Amino acid sequence: MNEQSRNTRYFFLFISPWLVGFSVFILGPIISSIYLSFTKYSISDPPRWVGLDNYAVIFKGWEPSFYNSVEVTIAYSVLAVPLGVSVALFAALMLNVPKIKGMSYYRTIFFLPSLLPAVATTITWAFVFNPKYGYLNAVYTALLGGDGPDWFMQHTLGCLIMIAVWGFGNTMMIFLAGLQEVPKSLVEAATVDGANAWQRFWHVTVPAIFPVLFFNIVVGIIGSFQVFTQAFVFRSIGGAQINEKAVFFYVLNIYENAFQYGRFGLACALAWILMVAILMMTLVQFYLKKRWAPDDE
Amino acid sequence: MNKSKAFRPFIYGLLLLGCALMLLPVMAMFSTALKSMPEVYAPEPTLIPASFHFDNFYRALFDPTASYRPFNFLPALKNTISVTLLNIIGNLVSCSLVAWGFARYKCRWNKPLFVVMLSAMMLPSIILSIPTFVLFVKYFGWYDTLYPLWVPAFFGINSFFIFLLHSFFRGIPESLVEAARIDGCSEIGIFCRIVVPLSKPVLMVVAVFTFIWTWNDFFTPLLYLEDDSKFTFAIALQNFVRGSQGSVFGTQWNLLMAANIVVTVPIVILFFAAQRYFVEGISLTGVKQ
Repeated sequence: MNEQSRNTRYFFLFISPWLVGFSVFILGPIISSIYLSFTKYSISDPPRWVGLDNYAVIFKGWEPSFYNSVEVTIAYSVLAVPLGVSVALFAALMLNVPKIKGMSYYRTIFFLPSLLPAVATTITWAFVFNPKYGYLNAVYTALLGGDGPDWFMQHTLGCLIMIAVWGFGNTMMIFLAGLQEVPKSLVEAATVDGANAWQRFWHVTVPAIFPVLFFNIVVGIIGSFQVFTQAFVFRSIGGAQINEKAVFFYVLNIYENAFQYGRFGLACALAWILMVAILMMTLVQFYLKKRWAPDDE
Repeated sequence: MNKSKAFRPFIYGLLLLGCALMLLPVMAMFSTALKSMPEVYAPEPTLIPASFHFDNFYRALFDPTASYRPFNFLPALKNTISVTLLNIIGNLVSCSLVAWGFARYKCRWNKPLFVVMLSAMMLPSIILSIPTFVLFVKYFGWYDTLYPLWVPAFFGINSFFIFLLHSFFRGIPESLVEAARIDGCSEIGIFCRIVVPLSKPVLMVVAVFTFIWTWNDFFTPLLYLEDDSKFTFAIALQNFVRGSQGSVFGTQWNLLMAANIVVTVPIVILFFAAQRYFVEGISLTGVKQ
């Protein structure tokens, strides 16, 4: 038996779990969800072909929550991603300052929250935000006097953005790993040349960590389009006290259509619109990266 | 250099402020968990409870007097642990086999399939979850069972882990593999006796991340689980929220926070026990794009 055919045989032997898994759990579902998006389907009855009807219903606004959920998701993305990435970068820069005592403790405290279960952290934050007996307004009253704002009703989306920014630890660790790769000689040379801290950051550090920065932004945007758990839990805690429309994220809408109203076909169409949106956003970012940083690699 | 020294107190100040903000909800969680109900609903919350009600934990988890038990602790503990362990085993075995196949056996199928495997990472999970739900519920009859939560892990479909293992495996010297082959070791033998022992650190990264992702997963159990004897922790907490809302006394925040702590603490313990692997895993994600 020659080496080539032996390699092929063992290749397929080793990847066989993936071949089965990919066909059953990924490729099959992709194909059937494309198909289902052109049907009316409620799991109990067989799917009925309706052509482009689902897409027409969505874009014409007959699916009442579509445009609202797009607005909410975009607003969240526009605010939470830049805020989260900047806070993470700022924290990483501080945690990269040499010779700080107790650095490993700071790193742990900043990193750990991002690993905790989203359900538990959202419940806890909801209590902190509670306008009547929560901690945030107690701090507000102590510092500024008077009654704090009604976070639940007036700043519903703001609450979710704060929860998201609080979990910046993941992003921060990626920045930190990137910062540790920045050659010290480069920073020192810039210092000798008389560059101040801001100039060193902008002209030395940022270009050096640009790939990491780009990665965090791309991943952050993709994630922001898919928020579900926090919105779901926050809504069920807040009940009538929150502005329900403001936490009706895109994926929440898909979930409700499919699993509460049994509109599986419509939900698949919504999911594919999301897929296309994510793909386009990502392509645009790669295009912009090419234009702004042509020297990169 | 003198200038940067002057900045130090400033940096310490910012770090401490940052820590306070990060820990605020954690402190709120612990303090509320120990309060009595009237104190929870006091208009001005305190960080240190007036009296410590440690029995809140007992009441949240085991209360025999509750007319209904919103947080069914023991079954949830059992379910969460078994699903987590099964996912760890499944991912370790299947992802490492697949990654070794991609890393070492060159053939014309290798590259194209590797690209297909990686591109699956791009898919939003919601796209797959609807048809998968139909498959599991309608064709496999898996509604209200734990199968949907762990069976897929045995089929090497986590592209991120395969990618991680793949880049590690490529660093294993070919001479080592060749030497074992000459000594008459089978290909499976090479994998079990050479590759696996050499790859402990990266396998730990996979195990630790599987632990955390499974433990925290909310979406999958939400779709499939109906009866509270089947719940995992994430969904049991959500059920607690829903259940305590109808209560005439208002949400029992103290008991809810006690349950929260119980669900969160294992993750914290795991983090401190395996900090190195977390840092390694996260750094690998960003740097080795």
